[in-house]
Amino acid sequence: MSEVALTIDGREVLARKGTTILDACRRLGVDTPTLCQLDNLTPVNVCRVCVVELEGARVLVPACSRKVEEGMKVATDSERVRHSRRLVLELLASSVDMSLTSRQVHGWMDRYGAEPSRFGPQAATVSQPVKVDNDLYVRDYSRCILCYKCVEACGVDAQNTFAIAVAGRGFDSHISTEFDTPLPDSACVYCGNCIGVCPTGALMFKSEHDMRAAGSWMESQQTVTETVCPYCGVGCMLELHVQDNSIVKVTSPLDSSVTSGHLCVKGRFGFQFVQKRRQ
Amino acid sequence: MDIRTTGGPATIEEMAAVDGVLGEPAPADHRVVHGGRAARSQRHMLLPILHEIQDRVGWVSRGALEYACRRLSIPPAEAYGVVSFYARFALEPGRARTVHVCDDIVCQLVGAQPEHGVNCLGLCDRAPATLDEKQAPERASVRYPGSRLLRRVGIVDPESIDSYSEHGGFKALRRAREIGAEQVIREVTESKLLGRGGAAFPTGRKWESVAKAEMHPHYLVCNADESEPGTFKDRVLMEGDPFAVVEAMAIAAMTTGCDRGYIYIRDEYPLARNRIAHAIAQSRAAGLLDIDVEVRRGAGAYICGEETALFNSIEGKRGEPRNKPPFPVEVGLFGRPTLVNNVETLINVLDIVNGEFAETRLFCVSGQVKHPGVYDIPLSTPLRELLELAGAGSIQAVLLGGAAGSFVMPKQLDVPLSFEGTRAIGATLGSGAVIVFDETADMKRALMRIARFFRDESCGQCVPCRVGTKRQEEILDRMFANGGSQADVALLGDIAQAMRDASICGLGQTAANAIASGLQQLPVLNV
Repeated sequence: MSEVALTIDGREVLARKGTTILDACRRLGVDTPTLCQLDNLTPVNVCRVCVVELEGARVLVPACSRKVEEGMKVATDSERVRHSRRLVLELLASSVDMSLTSRQVHGWMDRYGAEPSRFGPQAATVSQPVKVDNDLYVRDYSRCILCYKCVEACGVDAQNTFAIAVAGRGFDSHISTEFDTPLPDSACVYCGNCIGVCPTGALMFKSEHDMRAAGSWMESQQTVTETVCPYCGVGCMLELHVQDNSIVKVTSPLDSSVTSGHLCVKGRFGFQFVQKRRQ
Repeated sequence: MDIRTTGGPATIEEMAAVDGVLGEPAPADHRVVHGGRAARSQRHMLLPILHEIQDRVGWVSRGALEYACRRLSIPPAEAYGVVSFYARFALEPGRARTVHVCDDIVCQLVGAQPEHGVNCLGLCDRAPATLDEKQAPERASVRYPGSRLLRRVGIVDPESIDSYSEHGGFKALRRAREIGAEQVIREVTESKLLGRGGAAFPTGRKWESVAKAEMHPHYLVCNADESEPGTFKDRVLMEGDPFAVVEAMAIAAMTTGCDRGYIYIRDEYPLARNRIAHAIAQSRAAGLLDIDVEVRRGAGAYICGEETALFNSIEGKRGEPRNKPPFPVEVGLFGRPTLVNNVETLINVLDIVNGEFAETRLFCVSGQVKHPGVYDIPLSTPLRELLELAGAGSIQAVLLGGAAGSFVMPKQLDVPLSFEGTRAIGATLGSGAVIVFDETADMKRALMRIARFFRDESCGQCVPCRVGTKRQEEILDRMFANGGSQADVALLGDIAQAMRDASICGLGQTAANAIASGLQQLPVLNV
């Protein structure tokens, strides 16, 4: 495979043709914020938090999807880059509840000096009641940053179920089933792969949602046990999140060669028998 | 994929609407599986189907949409995402309107204050404008004498191919066929024609790239989704000289090896749509158009004038712009090399091939002037001269380039109307919109209307534009209500920079231009 040479922040780097600027940044250890990007999903480049300055380009370019080219000169920490990253994080945090995003996201907000409150107390938000319409998972769209990841995981990137899509337009865009139908009446097969890719806690196990509501969700006291799903012969890698000797959530590692992080309804939600047997 | 539908059956009328577009469904035979790739390949018929449903029934019910989904093998959630994207489609009975009253920048300026005003209808030469879809009126347009591009408008019978031929029609096509594709491209390149849609890309280079593209088929797309507030030149061309548009498309297709063509016309131009469809049929029958050209009807979305959003719309998807590169000449409509040109750009090709090309450009003058209309004037004419022609009186400001453009002040009226000239004063020709505000105009209202326009028309895909246009409107509103502060101005500046730098497409990148230039220059707004 042929390689191209490019410069990132003045450092020369070789990158495989067909890879992205983001890949090259990571090789150099340049921490680049991302929200809508995930290695196992097609880049949609909608969040714009990964933008970098490319010499010769009129506007900033998304590192997550711009392919490397010979001789590119990229700046990842210029004034323009820092400004746009800060504004993207501020605009999002001023309209969405981002309190359950990862520590990494909060770190980026600190790094770029994001102050979401400067848009004023009247700034419109996407705040709305949590959708609880089934026993397995809840949808809290007050936390949705519209990164399209769940739509992709539900669609061609993993599950091919297409139960949800982006509906509406502009600030009123939102993730929805057809006509906002409750999940049990939709095409949803409860694989939970949307939960697996959600970066903000908008999609959450009902078990986690209930425990958080009751104040009993203690992430610091949880342990993670790796195992293999007992149901069929595929052999999906599972991570059982356990609190007080009970399974509270199931995930699969993104880099697992078997699952790429994706599971089916049984692996994701079919863990009650473990607890039942003990009683 | 299994299509799961739970919305109940469609009515007979709704099913007839869908079947009218797609043809009768195959008779029920449970030994044969229908759907799959054959059905999905018809996905691009989704918008025509939705139009047909709404035209017949007045709205798009869940039953109707799900029937369409079953026939096209589209997941209902995805189809719902498409219907809810376009302002045109009503998802509740009684919501669809067939009479639209505009209250955008120009119409508001001359007094329109409707209860449910819509964004610019492209009828600014007759502001305040209303559009009754049921009876699209004949529209006389003001013409500047000696016009090159509009020379046939108002003279030729727009519904007669013979009349068009008698007025010099198809001469360029005949010559193009004689001299061949390479020579046509050479002449277009040598003319230095720049795209008239707003981005001013060299047309010859685009044509050459598509002609040389190895992947086939090639598609031809005429962008007639003219939606920039204050812009109506393409409407005047399509209504008054539709055969010229078709002739230019025939030359473009022949020259760049396009196998199929589309002309995407905004929904608010029913007369143009009918005339273009008629001209296509006539030209095809007369053997003057070698490829099938389909008229596609927009559905109320400014963003679909952005070329890649337009492709998505033709493909039956939400009109969300794609990331570039790859550019349309490589990966365009249906993922194939695509030549996409604006109406005015294409029309110019006729004169290039006929050896009659001159560097003129169409300007749409509207607002507080005596003679609003389309003016065909030489490039680099001073703005002042154009305003005199249109009968402008005392001037407070001119909005050049529409909502995505910027304000020009009285002391700058000698600016030559050229790409370089306008750039020198930080303005742009954009789509050729020239909106005139006299001293009585309420500029705060104008700025608020521009902010509302972008908030309304942002597709919602990328964060800077989706939230930025919302915040921009909120902050302006607050400033005008309470007097505002330097901090508010700075905050707007911060948002503007991020929208300009980090938005996916031209909409977000220009959504702060007019407001920023207004706040900077208009004395009434100093805080």
